[in-house]
Amino acid sequence: MAKLILLCIKFVLLCSIADAVFEDQVGKFDWRQQYVGKVRFAHFDMHVQSSKKVILATEKNVFASLNSRTGDLYWRHVDKTGPEGNIDALLLHGQDAVLVAGNGRVLRSWEVNIGGLNWEIVLDSGSFQSACFVGQQDSVKYVAVLKKTAISLHYLSNGHQKWLENLPESETVQYQAVYSGGNGEVYTLGVVPHSHIAVVVYSVEDGEITKQISVEAPWLSNIPTSCAVVGQGMLTCVDPATVSLYTLDLEEQSQMTQIPLQSLGLEVSPGFQPVLVSTQPNPARPPLSEFFLQLGPDHHLLLQLNNGQIVTLRDFKPALLVSFATTGEKTVAAVMAPKNKTVSYCEITDSNFFHWGLFFKGFSKDHTLPCFLPQACSLNLFSAESGRRLLDTTLIFNMDPNGGKPEKLYVQAFLKKDDSVGYRVMVQTEDHTLTFIQQPGRVMWTREEALSDVVTMEMVDLPLTGTQAELEGEFGKKAAIQDGLLSMVLKRLSSQLILLQAWMAHLWKLFYDARKPRSQVKNDVTIENLSRDEFNLQKMMVMVTASGKLFGIDSKTGTILWRHYLDNIPSNAAFKLMVQRTTAHFPHPPQCTLLIKDKDTGLATLHVFNPIFGRKSHITPPALPQPILQSLMLPLIDQDYAKVLLLVDDQYKVSAFPSTKNVLQQLQEMAGSIFFYLVDSNQGRLSGYRLRTDLSTELIWEVIIPTEVQRIVTVKGKRPNEHVHSQGRVMGDRSVLYKYLNPNLLAVVTESTDLHQERSFVGILLIDGVTGRIIHEAVQRKARGPVHLVHSENWVVYEYWSTKSRRNEFSVLELYEGMELYNSTVFSSLDRPHPPQVLQQSYIFPSSISTLEATLTEKGITSRHLLVGLPSGAILSLPKMFLDPRRPEIVSEQSREENLIPYAPEMPIRTEWFINYNQTVSRVRGIYTAPSGLESTCLVVAYGLDIYQTRVYPSKQFDVLKDDYDYMLISSVLFALFFATMISKRLAEVKLLNRAWR
Amino acid sequence: MAHLSPFQLSIFSTVSFLLCTNFVCCNNGRRVGDALDTEFGGFSVPLEHSFEVDDVAKFRVRGALVLKAGREPSVSLSQNQLSEEDRTKLKEVAAVDGLYRIRVPRVFLQTDRQTERQMEGHLTAFVRACAMVESHLSDVISLHTDVSGYLIGVSIVTIPGACRGTEVEDEVDLEVFNSTLSIVAPVNAPGPETALFLERMEQEMEKKGKNPQEQKSFFAKYWYLILGGAIFLMATSSAQPPAGGDREQS
Repeated sequence: MAKLILLCIKFVLLCSIADAVFEDQVGKFDWRQQYVGKVRFAHFDMHVQSSKKVILATEKNVFASLNSRTGDLYWRHVDKTGPEGNIDALLLHGQDAVLVAGNGRVLRSWEVNIGGLNWEIVLDSGSFQSACFVGQQDSVKYVAVLKKTAISLHYLSNGHQKWLENLPESETVQYQAVYSGGNGEVYTLGVVPHSHIAVVVYSVEDGEITKQISVEAPWLSNIPTSCAVVGQGMLTCVDPATVSLYTLDLEEQSQMTQIPLQSLGLEVSPGFQPVLVSTQPNPARPPLSEFFLQLGPDHHLLLQLNNGQIVTLRDFKPALLVSFATTGEKTVAAVMAPKNKTVSYCEITDSNFFHWGLFFKGFSKDHTLPCFLPQACSLNLFSAESGRRLLDTTLIFNMDPNGGKPEKLYVQAFLKKDDSVGYRVMVQTEDHTLTFIQQPGRVMWTREEALSDVVTMEMVDLPLTGTQAELEGEFGKKAAIQDGLLSMVLKRLSSQLILLQAWMAHLWKLFYDARKPRSQVKNDVTIENLSRDEFNLQKMMVMVTASGKLFGIDSKTGTILWRHYLDNIPSNAAFKLMVQRTTAHFPHPPQCTLLIKDKDTGLATLHVFNPIFGRKSHITPPALPQPILQSLMLPLIDQDYAKVLLLVDDQYKVSAFPSTKNVLQQLQEMAGSIFFYLVDSNQGRLSGYRLRTDLSTELIWEVIIPTEVQRIVTVKGKRPNEHVHSQGRVMGDRSVLYKYLNPNLLAVVTESTDLHQERSFVGILLIDGVTGRIIHEAVQRKARGPVHLVHSENWVVYEYWSTKSRRNEFSVLELYEGMELYNSTVFSSLDRPHPPQVLQQSYIFPSSISTLEATLTEKGITSRHLLVGLPSGAILSLPKMFLDPRRPEIVSEQSREENLIPYAPEMPIRTEWFINYNQTVSRVRGIYTAPSGLESTCLVVAYGLDIYQTRVYPSKQFDVLKDDYDYMLISSVLFALFFATMISKRLAEVKLLNRAWR
Repeated sequence: MAHLSPFQLSIFSTVSFLLCTNFVCCNNGRRVGDALDTEFGGFSVPLEHSFEVDDVAKFRVRGALVLKAGREPSVSLSQNQLSEEDRTKLKEVAAVDGLYRIRVPRVFLQTDRQTERQMEGHLTAFVRACAMVESHLSDVISLHTDVSGYLIGVSIVTIPGACRGTEVEDEVDLEVFNSTLSIVAPVNAPGPETALFLERMEQEMEKKGKNPQEQKSFFAKYWYLILGGAIFLMATSSAQPPAGGDREQS
């Protein structure tokens, strides 16, 4: 018996799972892109002249090295998220990169060639202030780390602590900077705001205080923002109030010298905090005596400090960004200046609108769209010592009209063969893009680091090709009515001709490509040749990132086809992306609407755009003066086939977009059957509203969950585009158990406020969103969040942490109406008096999870899988079959008939279920699934720090012939059989004739 | 010992779990008799209803809910008949497809002190007025509590629930409410069922242990295979020399 069960299990497992890819399929249907996040520190590896590395530390706590020729990652180290892994400082010297992470918790040294860890030490607690290299006699031996109350010196070779000294008077003095000029002393600079500067000098050898001075500076509050060390230990500060520079010789003086900027003939832009930028090319030597002073947003000065005197070397106005770079013994200054500052509006007409006009016949006729002419910036190199412009060093940087303004400039200078200085620059723009440019302006690569923080996404079908669209147009409704018979015939002929032409072109291309070796055939996807494929497997991924940059990515190759940066996005914005019109309504262009809501004020704006080309739509979205509480897409469509978006403001008034007469009329007719719900998790209130004909609302139900006991964490409905193929399940005895398929059902998850491990619980409520009826209420005792939840069809799957057993557990709820349906034709929430049967079962899951999603297919025939994003970066495709509350504990004949797997408390994780084999997705935060044109295939995009796209086949490819399908064999057999029948027929005839003659 | 303890623990957990389910069954003992003694711990809150032609809620008292607090809360309802005026109004509301709403105040059931029971706000629910009329005022009202005994929601359905547009001629049908009341507490969601599974595994192991076939030694089980292999090896080795000889000759 036991053997039989085991055999049965094995059989089921073997049948259900063959998800793993074959070796030759790697990368065929999937791709991965790795990102690092917004760059905080970047250094060029300079220790070898020909080095191609850029060392980056980012705000996503990633430390990485890029190939500066291609922009690809050499290696990447992903630290913990949040403040624990926060990278405070990055210092690069030779082959060693020293990193302070976690607010001064650890000090690490990395080898930059291969990204190996040299050493790591844990520092004493205390908030990190500053770090610098300390050198002696032209060699860098130590690294100094300044914390709030202490300073420590570590050997660069092994990280061991040389000495640790407490800072004097650290209760009153805020120590903020550390500096070493290579003369055997370490200077720590502290400030008592609006009083004085404290300078403590330590001897490198034993950490003894050799000098301690305090200098009056009642105007100073923060050293790093307003001071810099220039030349031979001259602390130079700028005071915007008195408009003057102050200098202090750290070695000799005890009084600051004031130099009014007016004496230099300079003025500060009103309201601008001047910034000083100095450079210290070698940590074992003092900084250069040249420095930049920024006096306005586009005004920089190159100054020189010479024996206490300040000399203006060059005035740069306008100059957006400046940067120093050193190669060998030469230090240069790179200055970026706008080339033409004009921002103009241009008119889009059919002629300059490329050849996309075909898709946009009905759209692009009479609209002028504001568009920014590509603004260019020019970069030049200047000698740091003299301020002279170096010849032949102009570089043109064409700014992306859909990108942000440049923010930071990183310059890689190198000596050419003739000893002149050449350079390349990496420009970081507001939209987190890195652009690497070579002279005279060739963009070598760009990296869209905004994609490391995707917030939400949608997949949109691609439009039809031109010829297909032509055919559509021909047989459109309007055409048939207007035209007569003859013109229809002519049209028909012409469209057939076009088809023939396209086919010939296709054949020609095939023939032409066949002659070339395979490696040379490049199928570059551009926005012009985008078109839907046979099975709709290629789609446009519209991704919204936290920085406010939108991307259109081709799902097949991962090519970024368009990008659009929305400036003035609030930093705490919440995004909701909705597809109002798909590509199915030619000639109307597809339309997406992005709702951007400020989380604090609740004020929202709408951005309406075309998801295929990324351009802003000509439709002006309504201004939303009131905070928005809820938005919902209705299945109603207006006369232009756009779905209606309803927005509910804080006065419970409803506005519609688009709000044409037609829409308002439809809304009035439908008002009685439009219900919506609001969730206020602060008050624990769930409330339902009904729309009235005058677009006001009325409260119809209310459920209040006391916040003292539990708080609402998640509320999840079903996906509106989900199809359920079968209404019931066939049982072992051939009867049918009907599913409770309530499209209005909401799954509400609550967590207890009491976090004690004995008393904490997770609550699950199933509420009908129309009537507010609580369908089911369950508590998972001794459990804690974070809860991940999937709600689909007639089931809810959630995952929680069991505090009692200290493990992750999955639980599945399934709802059934019973053996007969109450009303089999329509479902109405208002007319389902009998509560459904609820079945529930739980399982142990041997890993924690990051995100959870279910597969989705066109018609819902294919069995469902759950896609589980694991913290390890793997994405597990878990058959829903394993999460079935009807799994029997004791196997019976009937359960075997039903193909139920016997219950086992532990959920297996099989490595062949990992759909991304070794392509791990770092910090996976969300999984998006979309149906394709093939019923068997579901498109999956996992996003986090990386983006991974693939296809999954939950029931295998039952509707596709395999790649290695033997067409030859089958056709030869067919032919053979055909001839055999012919011959045998002939033979039979002859035989019959012979018999007749006998 | 260390081996045993998890097993015992899991048994304990199942026992406690069974207890819990029992407790829940008691909670779900839906129907509570109409006549309930309100002496021990019972208290009453108003059940209000509203049905207006213009759909602006005006709640009036429909009856009194007598709630018995404690570990096993129960509820009963004493309600008035619908007046003549109300009956016609309800029919009017049903004719324009208005709503019949009910509401109860938020209460806390697990306390004896009267002051702590009542809380701000009401819980509301609705049903279509026509359904109310067509079902001859037979409704099912459930009061949902959370784990700690706070009332969190109320729901009302009529049986049958549909509005078919049938006329209710007899006024008498709309006089008396035929209400079914229940208090529903959350059920305990089951955890992974390890104890039973382990038990089953153990049984299987025992079965295996008892089965004499399984206990046979390796040689006893596979003697024929070994013998066959040996014969095969012997046969091949005896056939080899000629082959080797061939090679030597060539």
